[in-house]
This record gives sequence, C-alpha cells and structure tokens, in this order.
Amino acid sequence: MDIHEYQSKELLAGFGVNVPKGGLAYSPEQAAYRAREIGGAGWVVKAQVHSGGRAKAGGIKVCQDEESVYDMADSLFGTRLQTDQADGKGKVVYRIYVESLVPIAQEFYLGFVLDRKTEQIMVVASKAGGIEIEDIAAQQPESIIRCSVEPAVGMQAFQAKEVAFKLGIDPTHLNEAVDTIMASYRAFDELDATMVEINPLAVSTDGSLYAVDAKMTFDDNALYRHPDIAELRDKSQEDSSQTRATDRGLSYVGYDGDIACIVNGAGLAMATIEMLRHFGGEPSCFIDIGGGASADKVAKAIRLARRNTNMKSLLINVFAGINHCDRIAEGIVQAVEADELDVPLIVRLAGTRVAEGKKILSKSGLPLVRGDSLEEVTQRAVTAARRFKSVKKKST
Amino acid sequence: MSILINADTPVLMQGLGSRTGEFHCKEMLNYGTNIVAGVSPGKGGQSVLGIPLFNTVKDAVGATGATASMITVPPPTAADAIMEAADSGITLAVSVTDGIPAQDMIKVKRYMRMYRSERRMRLIGPNCSGIINPGKTMLGIMPSAIYTAGNVGIVSRSGTLGYEAALQIGDRGFGVSSSVGIGGDPIVGSTFHDILQLFEADDDTHAVVLIGEIGGPQEADAARYISESMSKPVVAYVAGRGTRRNQTMGHAGAIISAFGDSADEKQQILRDSGAFIAPLPCDIGATVVAALNPN
Repeated sequence: MDIHEYQSKELLAGFGVNVPKGGLAYSPEQAAYRAREIGGAGWVVKAQVHSGGRAKAGGIKVCQDEESVYDMADSLFGTRLQTDQADGKGKVVYRIYVESLVPIAQEFYLGFVLDRKTEQIMVVASKAGGIEIEDIAAQQPESIIRCSVEPAVGMQAFQAKEVAFKLGIDPTHLNEAVDTIMASYRAFDELDATMVEINPLAVSTDGSLYAVDAKMTFDDNALYRHPDIAELRDKSQEDSSQTRATDRGLSYVGYDGDIACIVNGAGLAMATIEMLRHFGGEPSCFIDIGGGASADKVAKAIRLARRNTNMKSLLINVFAGINHCDRIAEGIVQAVEADELDVPLIVRLAGTRVAEGKKILSKSGLPLVRGDSLEEVTQRAVTAARRFKSVKKKST
Repeated sequence: MSILINADTPVLMQGLGSRTGEFHCKEMLNYGTNIVAGVSPGKGGQSVLGIPLFNTVKDAVGATGATASMITVPPPTAADAIMEAADSGITLAVSVTDGIPAQDMIKVKRYMRMYRSERRMRLIGPNCSGIINPGKTMLGIMPSAIYTAGNVGIVSRSGTLGYEAALQIGDRGFGVSSSVGIGGDPIVGSTFHDILQLFEADDDTHAVVLIGEIGGPQEADAARYISESMSKPVVAYVAGRGTRRNQTMGHAGAIISAFGDSADEKQQILRDSGAFIAPLPCDIGATVVAALNPN
C-alpha cells in the first residue's frame, strides 16, 4: 500500500528523522494560512499524489510569498497530475502539503528495500540525490552504495557510519546522518514497510540534515497488525475499479483492450494475457478471484468486469485447485441470470470438481462458448470480441 | 522413487481443526496420503476424520513419529506454525497459506538456519500448491485427478501454471514423476535450484518442466545449475512477458538486480543455459515431447 509524502514524513519523524516544518491543506485559503503558520521567507507547495516524478509534472513549486502559495495551490487542486510514473490518466490532487523551504547545500539518495536475493533489508544510498534512483542506476551506477542488514540483530551503528562516510557526509553531520539512517531502518522494520525512500536527504546551508522528500510503501499482508497504517489508505488515488476489487477481496488490473478476463492466480493471469496477445487480442481488465472463491465472489467479479464499457467479450478461465468448479459455475449462472450479458461469454473450467461445474453450466442453458484448453478459450475469446465488434458496427 | 515424499511418509497436519484444514485433509486421505496426526492447540485428545489431534507438534511427533507436515493455518500464525514444525523434528513442511507478511518469512528463514543442515527442515512454500507424486501420495492442494504417473518432473512458482503443465503433459500421453509448487511469494522456503537438484538425482524423472515468472533471482540461479550440473533435459516457460513495468511509487528494488528481472531476460538466460524454451504457455506439452525425443 502506498501513502502520501506528508504521511511518510510524519511516520519517519516519529522515529527521529528530521523533516522540514510543514502543514496539510485542503483549500488554497488553508494553504496560505499554513504558510503564515510555518513562517519564514520561502515555502514549497507540493501536490500530494501517489506517484513519483511530481516536480517534472508541475506538482511542486517554490513560493516566496503567501499570495503565490495561494495561487499555486489554487491551480493544483482538482487537477489530474500527469507524472510519467502514473498510468495514463494521472492522479487527482485533493491534498496539498506546504512546507518550509530548505536551502540545500548538498543532497543524497537514501533508500531501504527488501532484497529477495539475500532475504534481508538492504540500504541503498547515493551521492547523486534529488534524481530518481532509476536514473542514478543508469547514469552513475558506481555511485550506488549497498548495505545488507542482518534481520536477527537489526541495523548496527557501524553500518550506518559506513554508509554515511561512503556518501561523503561531512563529519560535523555524522551523528545526525547515523541517527537518520538507523531511524529509517527501524521505521521500515517496525511498520512492515516494503520500501522507505528519502530523496533527497539534504544538508541545508545552515548546516542541518533534513528529509526533504520521503516515500513509504507497506506490505499489504502485514496491514492487519498496523491498523493505524491501514487507515492511511487514500482511495482517491486508486482506480475506482481497483478500489471496488480490493473491497471485495479480488485483485484487479486495468488494460486498454476489450476482452474482460476472470482467472484464478497471477500465473494463469499472465499466461492468459500472453495467449490473448498471441491471437491479436488485448484485455480490458484482469480480475483474479484467488483461491477458495465462493459463488458470490465470482458473481461480484463478473459485475466488476461489466463496469468496463469497452468490453466486447468476457473470458472466464479457471483452473481450480483450492477452488471448486461447481462454485465458479454457480457464480456465473447467478450473475448472468440476474442481469443478462450483451457480450459473448467464453468459459473454461478445469481441475477440482470440473464435472460438477460443467453440469451446472449445461443445465442452466446459458448461451456460452466453451473451451477445454488455454489455447482454445483464448482464441475463441479473441474471435468472439472481433465478431461482436463487426456485428455492432453493422447494427449501428 | 520420486522426490520429497513417498506413500509411507507419516504426515501430520497443522490447522486440521479448521474447515479448510479438514477439506484438504479429506482430499489427501482420498489420494492415499498417510496422515497420522493433526495439530490444533486446545483440541488435543479429540479427533477429526478419525485422525487424532494434538496440542503441539512435539506431542504429535512423539506419539506418531510423523516426519512431514502440511501447514494450513491462517497468515497471522503461519510463520509461528512453520517454526514450531522446524523445532519439533519435522523434516519436510508444506505451507500453502497465502498472505504471510514478508518480514515473518525473513524471520522463519533465519530461524530454520539455526539448525545444523542434517536436521534442518525443508520448507516448500508458502503460498504454494504443494507436492504431488502421482499414484502415490500428495502433500498439497492440487486437483489430483489431472495427474497421471510418469517420468516428467514439474517445478513451478505459480500453482495454476503447474496444473496447466500437468494437463498438457497428460494430453500428450506422458505422465508426472513429481510436481512441486514452490510458491509465488518474494521469500520462499525452497527454490528452483533446490528442487532441480532433487529431480537430477531421481531415477524416475527423465525430464523437468520449470515454470518461472517475472521478478526475483531464482530463474538465473536455476539457469546456472542447469548449465553446470544438470544432465536431464529441462523445459522452461517464463510467465509475464509483455507485462507492464511496475509503475507505482519508487523502484529502489529494481536497481538491486538491474538485469535479469524481466520475463524476456529470464527466458534468454534459461535458453542460454541449454533449457528447451516453451515460447507460449500452451507449448509446454509439445516442448516436453520434443525434449524427450530430440531426434
């Protein structure tokens, strides 16, 4: 789960990371008021959206007086910020963070990630702060410092010191840097984060160390033990179909095509996409019902797929292990009998209780196209979508 | 022979007290798995499906001599259950639970390494379909009816694609020696490399199907083993080609292994190792046939 910059900073500050003074605003008036409250002679007005690359997209601006804070906030609220990291549609700005401007003397990159290879939390740092880590990796790979932390004992001060010295942080700021690195590690560890990123970590011209920008993401599987973090979820930053899916225990990925797909398992989802594309089709969405799905959950998945108005065919491809084909079939019948489909329905059931599932489908008399193999159903879904398009064209 | 378990292996189930546990227990009993005990804290002395329940894994092992465990407990207590098995003399555990926090798995892996390698438990999973040795025994949640006994080993991160492979192999008149789902989580107990080693040493396995996917270092590790030490043909399919790059905030993870994470790169690495590549997921069966009859 992603959270906003201001939320990440608040959490990190709680562990002892030094962050610039700031305040959240929901209106331009409030933004100007926050600037007055913070004081000083300069502020940064920052759009709070779940995406990197905000500065490039015009979501971050330095202002020298309250009036320009007001104007900047006014121009941002309600707009869709088109960052290169957001997928196509951009993210709407509902919250703005106003922050005291830090005059930067030196900036660094500091990140923490789960390293699958060593199965440890890894510190990643670079002197080339302020630019995206992908760009650092591409342009100055030799500047990247890595340090793995033994999870049984946690991060040790000597490791933080090594990182700080390799970064070339001036010895006068050594203690602050060590504290910041150790505090960020503790935040990662204690809050079940999957990523902590401070970029830039900056030394100001008056000699203090600040986390000028910060991002955290969290392990969805661990949210049950961090209710305070789970509460930070901001649905306005999610695709509405994705929100509905999450709320119904489904997982949803949107695409630009016209074949809606309901599958079980990420592996089968990826294989099904590949087959559709092989036959010249493109999915409109993928809904994963997971394992042990009830008939009701299947029906919900079908209703969710129908929200996409581009849909020209609906493919249900379930290879049941822990699922039961009869429950899947019941869900299909339930959803389609309640609300008739106007696009072709293509179904493949395989695995646990497949005979029972097929019997339910046959008995229902629903008009549907069957297929027994992955190849067959994906090809039929693509053909059906194509025919449906041409039929539609003729009738209009 | 076949790998990891045989028809006589005494199995206990952690989480047998729950409805899901009971369902899987029934499926495995029907398949012939030798289930001798269940563990359900507080229900010691009772029984489910005629199988005696115990409060702790140690009690169950002491009373029945179980050596393998099927763990079906919910995510919040799954890591604890795996560590309990590791501490109680279980030599093989399968964890099917989906949704265990990554940091819990870091802890589990560290904990298991405390034991000397001779008595260290082997963990399959979590978030996996388990193990089936067709016609003999099953320690998993797969649809057993699609498997016929034979000489092709299957190892897959994805459960459903493992089933898909078994179906395609069966359709072409071949069968499976053992199929192992190693799980889709970032941190898992056993890797492709671990399972390939077992297949290489197994006389009943004449070829192996490996089903990888995007993300993580496992496929590259497997490729190294295939090119250096594997004498049997390996058929590989990598899922996730053409998948969009993860575009959520921040990608610090991406730089750790700048090369080798994408499906295309993994496919290339495996091809270079000498594996037979199934270009599409529907080509797995045909590629197995070609690998077994190279002329």
